Amino acid sequence: MRVARLASQTDFAGWRAAARSLRGAGVSPEAAVWTVDGEGDLFDEVVPLPATTEGGFTVPKGFMELAEPVILHRSPERFALLYRLLWRLQSEPNLLHIASDPDVAAARDMAGAVSKAAHKMKAFVRFRKIEDAPEETYVAWFEPAHRVTEATAPFFARRYANMAWSILTPDACAHWDRRKLHFTPGADKADAPDGDALEDYWRTYYASTFNPARLKVAAMQKEMPKRYWRNLPEAGLIPELIEAAEGRTSAMVAQTPSEPSRRIVRQAQRLSRDGSFEEGAPGTLDAVAAGVDVCRRCELWRDATQGVAGEGLATARLMFVGEQPGDLEDLAGRPFVGPAGQMLDRALAEAGVPRAETYVTNAVKHFRHEQRGKRRIHQTPTTRHVEACRWWLDAERRIVRPRVIVALGGTAAQAVFGKATPIAANRGKALQLTDQAQGVVTYHPSYLLRVPDAAAKATAHAAFVDDLRFAWKLAS
Amino acid sequence: MTVLTLKQKLAILSDAAKYDASCASSGTSKRDSSNGRGVGSTEGMGICHAYAPDGRCISLLKILLTNFCVYDCAYCVNRVTSNTPRARFTVQEVVDLTLGFYKRNYIEGLFLSSGIIRSPDYTMEEMVRVAQSLRLDHDFRGYIHLKVIPEAAPDLVNKAALYADRVSINIELPRDESLTALAPEKSAQGIRKAMGSVRLGIDQAADTAAKARPPSFAPAGQSTQMIVGADAATDGEILGRSDRLYGAYGLRRVYYSAYSPIPDTTSRLPPMRPPLMREHRLYQADWLMRFYGFERIEIAADNEDLDLAIDPKLAWALKNRGQFPVDLNRADRERMLRVPGLGVKSVDKMIEVRRYKRLVLEDVKRLARGLAKVKPFIVTQDWRPGALTDQADLRATLTPPQQPSLF
Repeated sequence: MRVARLASQTDFAGWRAAARSLRGAGVSPEAAVWTVDGEGDLFDEVVPLPATTEGGFTVPKGFMELAEPVILHRSPERFALLYRLLWRLQSEPNLLHIASDPDVAAARDMAGAVSKAAHKMKAFVRFRKIEDAPEETYVAWFEPAHRVTEATAPFFARRYANMAWSILTPDACAHWDRRKLHFTPGADKADAPDGDALEDYWRTYYASTFNPARLKVAAMQKEMPKRYWRNLPEAGLIPELIEAAEGRTSAMVAQTPSEPSRRIVRQAQRLSRDGSFEEGAPGTLDAVAAGVDVCRRCELWRDATQGVAGEGLATARLMFVGEQPGDLEDLAGRPFVGPAGQMLDRALAEAGVPRAETYVTNAVKHFRHEQRGKRRIHQTPTTRHVEACRWWLDAERRIVRPRVIVALGGTAAQAVFGKATPIAANRGKALQLTDQAQGVVTYHPSYLLRVPDAAAKATAHAAFVDDLRFAWKLAS
Repeated sequence: MTVLTLKQKLAILSDAAKYDASCASSGTSKRDSSNGRGVGSTEGMGICHAYAPDGRCISLLKILLTNFCVYDCAYCVNRVTSNTPRARFTVQEVVDLTLGFYKRNYIEGLFLSSGIIRSPDYTMEEMVRVAQSLRLDHDFRGYIHLKVIPEAAPDLVNKAALYADRVSINIELPRDESLTALAPEKSAQGIRKAMGSVRLGIDQAADTAAKARPPSFAPAGQSTQMIVGADAATDGEILGRSDRLYGAYGLRRVYYSAYSPIPDTTSRLPPMRPPLMREHRLYQADWLMRFYGFERIEIAADNEDLDLAIDPKLAWALKNRGQFPVDLNRADRERMLRVPGLGVKSVDKMIEVRRYKRLVLEDVKRLARGLAKVKPFIVTQDWRPGALTDQADLRATLTPPQQPSLF
C-alpha cells in the first residue's frame, strides 16, 4: 500500500506530482491511498513515494481540464477516482470520450457539480457594506457547496474592480483591495458583518416581484437549494409568501370586475371608425401611405410588418412600379431599399436617370412570403393580391400623374396594364395607357440578380439600362 | 395625498412589473470593470441571483419607472381605469437602487419598463435618461434591458438600444384583432414596425463590426412576450406567430406568459387561474422549433392545440410511429433529436461515444434522463423494441400521472 499525502484539500500540483510518481512506479489504483495533511494519521506505515522519473508520459488534453475542477469537489473519493482514470488511460487512450463509462461519468458529474457550485457562488454571495470604512468596502459570508472560493474570486475582482471587498468562507477567504487578490485561511460567520440597511429594500423587492398565482415551490427549490438559504437575506420570507399565495389568488379570481369607463369606450369606437378607408379614394400621398398601412383588402397584412407605399417626387414625370416589398423593405417601411433597390439605383445611375426626380412604388404593398426556419422566403403575389392592391396603385397614379410608367417585371405589368403583358415581347416599346400616360415594361431588378450565367447577366443588365434610358427620354 | 417612501414605491412598482416574464441577462457582449471607474461585468452566461416561490429567476431589478398609465389595456393591472395604487420613481432613485443592489451582488442589472405618462415620447425619454445616467455618469457595465414603447419616435428607440443590452417590445396577444379589442391604444402594426426598425439597427451594427469597432446596439438582441389564454387563439396560431416573429425580426426569445389574474380586473377580461401547463407546453414546442429542427406545422396546425398531458415531442412521435425506432448507432443527429426523452446534450454525447464503441442500453441509461420514454423508440446493440413501438396503449403507459398542483 502506497500513501500519497497532499498539502491541502485543493492541492492540485501535489496530486499531479504524486500521481506521476505512482504511475511511473507502476502502483495500481487499488494499491494507492490518498490523504491530506492534518486529516489524522490513519496510515502509520508510510512508504515514501518513489522519485519522479524524468520524461514521464503524456495524457490527453481533456484529462487536465477534467481533473482541475474535480479536485475542488468535496468527495473524499476524488483523488482516487482521478488516479484510476489516469491509470486506465494507459490501455484505453479514448476513455475520456466515453461519457457513459462509470468512472468518466462520475468524474464529469463531479466537475459539473463544482462548476455549478462556482456558478451558485456568483449568484448567492450577498455583500454587506462596511458603513464607517474610509473607502467603499463590502464583506460577505458564504458557504460554497464545493471548494470553489479561490477559483471564483477572479470573477468578483473583474465585476467589482473598483471597490474593496472580502468574501469569507469556512474553507478560505478572498480579499480584493482594488489592485490584487489575496487569500487567507477559512473564517467564521461571526467575522462578517450581520446586516446592511439595503437588505430591507431587497426583501421588499423579492416579496413584490413574486406572483402568488403561479406558485411553483419545487422549481424554486431546484435552483435555489435550501443549503444556501441561511445566508440569503430574502430566504426568510419564503414560508409566509408560500402560505399566503393560495388565499391571495382565490381572492383575485373571486373578485367582481370593475366596468370600463364610458370615456374609454368612446375612444375605442373612434379608433375603429378612423381606421376605415372605404369612405373614398385618398387624395394625397400621405393619405395613401396611411391607408396602405391599415389596409385589409387582402390578408397579406397579417404576416407583414407594415404596408409600404411608394415614395419620391409627388409630381414626377416618371413612375416605377415594382412587384412588392421584400424582407428589408418590409422592415424599413420604404420601397426598393434592399438588394433589388441597390441594383435599381446602380442601373439608374448608369442610365443617367436621377431617382430623386422619379416616383418609385410597388404593385402590391405588403410583403408576401413564406416562413422557412428563421428565414422569410419571397413568394410572388397572386392576381387576387394585385387586384386588391390596385386601389392604392391607381390612387398613386391619379395623384402623381406621371407621363411614363415603367412596369418592372411581370407582376407590375399585370398591375399597370390590367392584363398579362409578357416582357420579352413588349420591352423597348411605348405602350398607350388609358390614363393618357405611356407604359414601358422591362425586367425586375431582382431578375438581374438571379441570372446565373455571367454573359447572359451582362446582356440583361445592358438591356435594362437601355430601357430605363428609353423611358426617361420618353418622359422628358 | 400622502408622500410615498422609497420602499413603498419599490413595492408598488416591482409588483406592477412582475407580469413581464423575461429576466434573462445572457448573450450580451463580454465586458468587466477592471479598466473603468464604475462597477459591473457581463460574461456571456446569465446569473440568476435568487428564485421566487413562483419558480421564476430573479436576475434583474425588474421595475416600472411609473405605473401611472394613459392606456387602457384590459389584461394590465396598470390600465388607466384600474384602481391600483400609483407611484412614480425619479430617474435618480432608479439609478441609486440599481447601483446599491448591484454592488451587494443581488442583481445582474436593470430591467426597466414603464406605464405611459403624458406621451410615448416623454416616457421613452425618461427611461433612456435612466440608462444614460447609469452608463455615462456611473460607468455601469452590468446588464440593462429596456422595454421599448412602440409608439415612441424611432430616434428615441435607437437611443435606448445604444445604452441597453437588450430591448423588447411586447407583442402582447397572439391575434391582432384581440389587441384592438383589449388594448385599444396599441397597434399590432406599430409594434411590428418598431421591431423591424430595431432589427435593422442590430443588423447594421453587426455589419460594421467587421470593419471597425461597432457602436453597440442592443448586443443581446430583442425579445417579446405574448399573453396566453386572454384570447381565443389556439396553440397552433400562437406558435405560428412566434415562428414569424423569429423569422422577421431575428428575436432572441418569445416569452409566453399565462394570463394571470390581476387585482382589480375588468369585465372585458374575467379573472381566471393562469394556464400554467399550457404555457409550459408552448415553451417546449418553441424549443423544438429553435433547437430540434421541427417545423411549426409538424407540431400544431393553425386550428390545433397542444396535448397538455404529454410533451409535444412525444405527441409527435406517437403520431409518426412509422419514423421509429431510430437506431442510435447509425442515425444522423437530426433523426436522433426527434427521439422522445433525448435532449441536445445527450444526443451529442451519444454521437461522441459511438465513435469509439457500440451503444448499448446501459449507455443510453447513463446519458439520457431515464429509459422508460426512450425505449419504445430506439434500437441499440442489445435492444429492439419489436412490437412495442406500435403498441396501442403506448400513449397511456408513457403519460405521466396528472399533477393536481398545476392548474
